Amino acid sequence: MAKISKFPLPDVGEGLTEAEIVSWQVAEGDQVTINQVICEIETAKSVVELPCPFEGTVSELLVQVGETVEVGQPIIAVSVAGSDPPVAAPIADVANADKPAESPANLVGYGEGEQTKSRRRKSSGMSSSAAAAAAIPAAVIPTSNVMAASQEANVSAKPPIRKLAKELSVDLSNVDPTGLHGEVTREDVMRAADQASVFKNISTPEAPTDREERIPVKGVRKAIASAMVESAFTAPHVSIFVDVDATRTMEYVKRLKASADFAGVKVTPLLIMAKAIIWAVRRNPTVNSTWTDEEIIVHYFVNLGIAAATPRGLIVPNIKDADKLSMFDLAVAIEQLAATARDGKTQPAETQNGTITITNIGVFGVDTGTPILNPGEVGIVALGSIQKKPWVVDDEIVIRQVTTIGATFDHRVVDGDVASRFLADVASVIQEPALLLD
Amino acid sequence: MLQLLDQEGQYEVPSKYSQYGEIIDQLGEADYKKFYRDMARIRRFDEEATALQRQGQLGLWVPAIGQEGAQIGSGYAVGNKDHIFPSYREHGVAITHGVELMSILKMMRGVNHGGWDPNETRFHHYAIVLASQALHAAGYAMGVKFDGLVGTGDPENDLAVITYIGDGATAEGDVSEALLFAAVNESPLMFFVQNNQWAISSNVETTTKVPLFTRGLGFGVPGIRIDGNDVLASYAATKLHMDEIRTGKGPFLIEALTYRIGAHTTSDDPSKYRQSEEVEFWKAKDPIIRFEKFLRRQGIGDDFFEQVTQDGEDLAKEIRESTFALPDPPMENIFENVYTDPHPLVDAQRQWLQDYESSLEDNE
Repeated sequence: MAKISKFPLPDVGEGLTEAEIVSWQVAEGDQVTINQVICEIETAKSVVELPCPFEGTVSELLVQVGETVEVGQPIIAVSVAGSDPPVAAPIADVANADKPAESPANLVGYGEGEQTKSRRRKSSGMSSSAAAAAAIPAAVIPTSNVMAASQEANVSAKPPIRKLAKELSVDLSNVDPTGLHGEVTREDVMRAADQASVFKNISTPEAPTDREERIPVKGVRKAIASAMVESAFTAPHVSIFVDVDATRTMEYVKRLKASADFAGVKVTPLLIMAKAIIWAVRRNPTVNSTWTDEEIIVHYFVNLGIAAATPRGLIVPNIKDADKLSMFDLAVAIEQLAATARDGKTQPAETQNGTITITNIGVFGVDTGTPILNPGEVGIVALGSIQKKPWVVDDEIVIRQVTTIGATFDHRVVDGDVASRFLADVASVIQEPALLLD
Repeated sequence: MLQLLDQEGQYEVPSKYSQYGEIIDQLGEADYKKFYRDMARIRRFDEEATALQRQGQLGLWVPAIGQEGAQIGSGYAVGNKDHIFPSYREHGVAITHGVELMSILKMMRGVNHGGWDPNETRFHHYAIVLASQALHAAGYAMGVKFDGLVGTGDPENDLAVITYIGDGATAEGDVSEALLFAAVNESPLMFFVQNNQWAISSNVETTTKVPLFTRGLGFGVPGIRIDGNDVLASYAATKLHMDEIRTGKGPFLIEALTYRIGAHTTSDDPSKYRQSEEVEFWKAKDPIIRFEKFLRRQGIGDDFFEQVTQDGEDLAKEIRESTFALPDPPMENIFENVYTDPHPLVDAQRQWLQDYESSLEDNE
């Protein structure tokens, strides 16, 4: 009788937590032998090949190329001939004893989600995870809890979709599946997440009973922290601000949205801001440069970084040669960049070699801030919220759409005069987008 | 440089090295086969261990591929009373002194801290803090001298100590101190330097300004450079100089020129710091291929090599199955060897951990 064995992603370095699948060297249906190379993965340290621990037929590749998976997550399922398990799993898996799948237990420290045994404190009371529920004597489990857990498990969805749902806090059992075989698709999860977000701020969660929570510093959070510290303590930051009447920008956005040429493309004030920065860079090239201790490299191209909040934290992918793009192409590029980042699919190359960055904090309803430079760059511009405010025009107070633009520069490269001229140029475009015709 | 076998497996003893040739003259076909079998065996073991690490079954693996000639040759030249202080890559030396291969994997899986009894094998524990083993060896060798276990002329009594260090370790203060202590005490200590060209990602040119076999001269420790991919040169040089050391001649240093074909450990990616041309250059000097050419010149046929390959596959299977079957160590092991005698603080900690563990669900 054939058995399905799954291979959980191992920690191939010392203390690595995740890796990206770079390529698969086998496909579903292929025969594999022990130690045959099945895929290439890229970790924070290196690209390595993974040898297969089983002999049999590949029944499913559980992770797609380009996807980043956590250590312990199964990446491939192999149908192994014979009734004996291919390997003795040294750690008994009580919770999943009735499941057909078997995985070799990895070393201590490799979290494997619901597949690893639960070791909660006895006093911790009831648990919400299915694995823990099965491990606790049934008498202490409220029936509803078991129901919820089993419903969730009965939903048909591929592992990456389950992971996405988990990240976006979407309960799969509440999603209407539209997949061909009744499975929940990526779009279903995204739609559910959008619906949920509308109500996100309405209810305030109850104050936790614990006095504090300890969140491990790792992954993207750790990378953000070290990049910010590196930036803040190597480049002397100088920040300047300007209030500007953005009424004409808002009108321009409205007209572009209505135009047939821009049908189907997302047009936002961020797009005009991006164009304004590219225009102002041409007039003040040194804000678009890189400091090395020997020289300042001034770039005559703009790889425009756009800070993106993702479920896993902040990343700054950039649009390569943004200065060569038309307004339409730039709009498409911004939209794609944001979608890719939101899906967690941004490739490392897309975050490298940026030359200047925009951070759009206005979407959070914030006026302005003092952004920290993306390491390696000498300028970053923050777009604040655009709101109706009193504004003086011809000695009269009128209602205008006003915003504050903030910018930070590396003072080793950019002095106050250039910084101010650059920001004034950006502001003037926001005030009068017709300048872009220049 | 002492080389007895060239890349084509041609055996020739240069006249100035005739004393090394005399040592090889005492070997027979059985010895040659043993050298080959163990080099091939340890390489197959190494490949399987690397795969096991990539499959999440070992915390770390330290590959020794490419260095089998230096290790097997010198390992067999170490006498059965001598003591060995290895670095952490000396799997080849380990098997020449009865260390079980599984005990190395147990340590790399983290189910124990050492895995073998150094009193029994005279092969001391792996030194993870590199270069520290040179000091342990220097101290041990001083003790050997104090105990009168060297230079009496009685082969039943006299012994020597050998430490294995790498090119990178020679740049650490520990090795300089060990050389000095060994020299001024005229200790029976051999420094066997496997110059595998790379200290993780630092090339040997960044760790020394002079050839490493001259490293000991200023301290008063003479040395010789050998072709570390020539198992016969490695055997002959180690045997001759260990014999001298046992007679009370004082410390000596051998620099074995070799190359680490694989990564420093499974945690690094050598393609990031060295060129593939360099690796190809050294692969052509492979110690096992070279020795196979030599054996075939001696008339040893396919049957032998096929058997060795089959034995390697059997070993790999056995290693794989045994690794998966390794039980988790009992928690009490953590406390067992902290002090020789019972200690109240250790007792209290053991009790605390036991209480904590029993407060968890799903105990075994």
